[in-house]
Amino acid sequence: MREVFRLAKSLVVAGLCAGAAFSAHADDKMASLKIVDGGIPASLTGVAGDVDKGRKAVVNRKQGNCLACHAVSSLDNQPFHGEVGPSLDGVSERYSDAQLRLILVDSKKVFEGSIMPSFYRTGGYQRVAKKFDGKTILSAQQVEDVIAFLKAQ
Amino acid sequence: MTIKAKTAIALIGAGMLALGTMGLASAADEERKSIAPPDGHPLDEIISGYEFRSPETQALQDDDFENPAYLWVEKGQELWDTPEGKANKSCSSCHEDAAETMKTAGAEFPKYNEKLKKPVNMEQQINMCRTEHMEAKAWKWESEELLAMTAFVRNQSRGVPMNVKTDGLMKPFFDKGKELYYTRVGQLDMACSNCHEDNYGNHIRSDMLSQGHTNGFPTFRLKWQKVGSTHRRFKGCMKNIRATPYKVGSDEFVNLELYIAYRGQGLPVEAPAVRN
Ligand code: HEC
Ligand code: HEC
Ligand code: HEC
Repeated sequence: MREVFRLAKSLVVAGLCAGAAFSAHADDKMASLKIVDGGIPASLTGVAGDVDKGRKAVVNRKQGNCLACHAVSSLDNQPFHGEVGPSLDGVSERYSDAQLRLILVDSKKVFEGSIMPSFYRTGGYQRVAKKFDGKTILSAQQVEDVIAFLKAQ
Repeated sequence: MTIKAKTAIALIGAGMLALGTMGLASAADEERKSIAPPDGHPLDEIISGYEFRSPETQALQDDDFENPAYLWVEKGQELWDTPEGKANKSCSSCHEDAAETMKTAGAEFPKYNEKLKKPVNMEQQINMCRTEHMEAKAWKWESEELLAMTAFVRNQSRGVPMNVKTDGLMKPFFDKGKELYYTRVGQLDMACSNCHEDNYGNHIRSDMLSQGHTNGFPTFRLKWQKVGSTHRRFKGCMKNIRATPYKVGSDEFVNLELYIAYRGQGLPVEAPAVRN
């Protein structure tokens, strides 16, 4: 485990250095993602999303915590669904995978001025607590997992 | 979302009506439900945080004997009459009967301080009286003593409409506070306004969002199991959005407190309130 952790860390550091050479925003993990027609068509990892893992990330208050703001009928066993955003039932009928991916990666690119956090963006923040600085809220694979979960709603 | 906020308030209103048979609502009850904001104010109606809490939590606040925060008020009363410091003076040596002399002060802070050339809040005023007028040590922020005295002094102004000055010398500080209020911070990238202006009346998980007013502080929080200061609450909200909070007693938080007091201008002081 520890090995993996250290590896991940050094990758991030490498990313930072390499990025800085190219552009001011290159420290942002989002910078390398291609936005096409209001969506991100390419998977962030190339590994298919896992519905069960997606469900966990959606519910977990330290990860997606989507229920803070959204209701999801299939998660009725969970207490307290929020009412800040719309219900996520049937959301894949309203959006393509690519659009869902962009909504998750950086909600503000789709909903201007949204309260919804950007789950895979690291740049452009202010006063981020040290513990979270330079980190994304969800990992790339978790974004894919959550998309898989959303498609099952 | 605003529609939802309105229905929630209407529901709360209906609940109050049902309770109406149990006793007439006082003028202060009416005011905290909804007051008309001054010209140019960002809110359509100003509503106390009390209205967004459950009937159980409200009941705790309604009854001074049940309200656990009154332990702090009583402690504050004792301290009010206790001489301390090199000058061997108590607060009452100068201010005498708090019920008379502090009748409106609790509604007027943060207030401009001529000497410091900036606004100070209630905690800071109390500590300045200790260091300058009593030659006693300042109480630490969030210490039982400072919480107790703040609760006691503000309690003298209960029912008095919030009335902070925002023009003249206060203007630049007010503007800074306003900017902080609307600035997104933290990894969750939110401003105070995203929750307390855009979404009041909506549930965020189990909690119903209020307008985030300060008229009830210091406030007993069931979660804290004790009384806490305005700045402690600010800090908590900033931590929740994964931001590095400003320090309690910092200029930033005093400016923010000033701006938020204005957002609640006219709300009756409720200190010490009870919240979940
Ligand atoms: C702080 C509140 C908040 C959180 C947390 C949040 N969202 Fe949202 N979300 C919103 C709001 C509000 C909207 C509506 C768009 C707008 O006005 O910003 C929205 C819109 C959406 C939409 C588009 C829905 C539609 O029908 O148009 C999707 C999909 C979505 N969110 C998914 C998620 C997922 C998945 C998570 C967790 C990983 C999440 N959201 C977390 C507030 C939130
Ligand atoms: C030696 C006299 C003296 C003592 C003792 C004293 N104060 Fe004061 N207090 C003042 C003066 C003078 C002011 C006017 C503003 C200033 O100079 O700070 C004041 C102002 C205040 C105010 C603001 C009133 C308003 O309407 O704006 C508060 C609140 C206050 N004092 C609380 C206290 C408390 C609590 C104590 C005891 C811990 C205390 N004071 C002890 C002299 C005193
Ligand atoms: C993610 C949403 C969110 C954000 C952003 C947020 N708060 Fe809060 N805040 C809450 C919740 C939830 C509560 C408890 C319920 C309520 O009163 O809204 C609360 C309560 C408060 C209260 C107590 C209200 C009362 O009646 O006792 C104050 C004051 C407050 N917040 C100030 C702030 C300030 C200042 C900021 C910006 C630095 C801020 N909040 C940002 C969610 C938020």
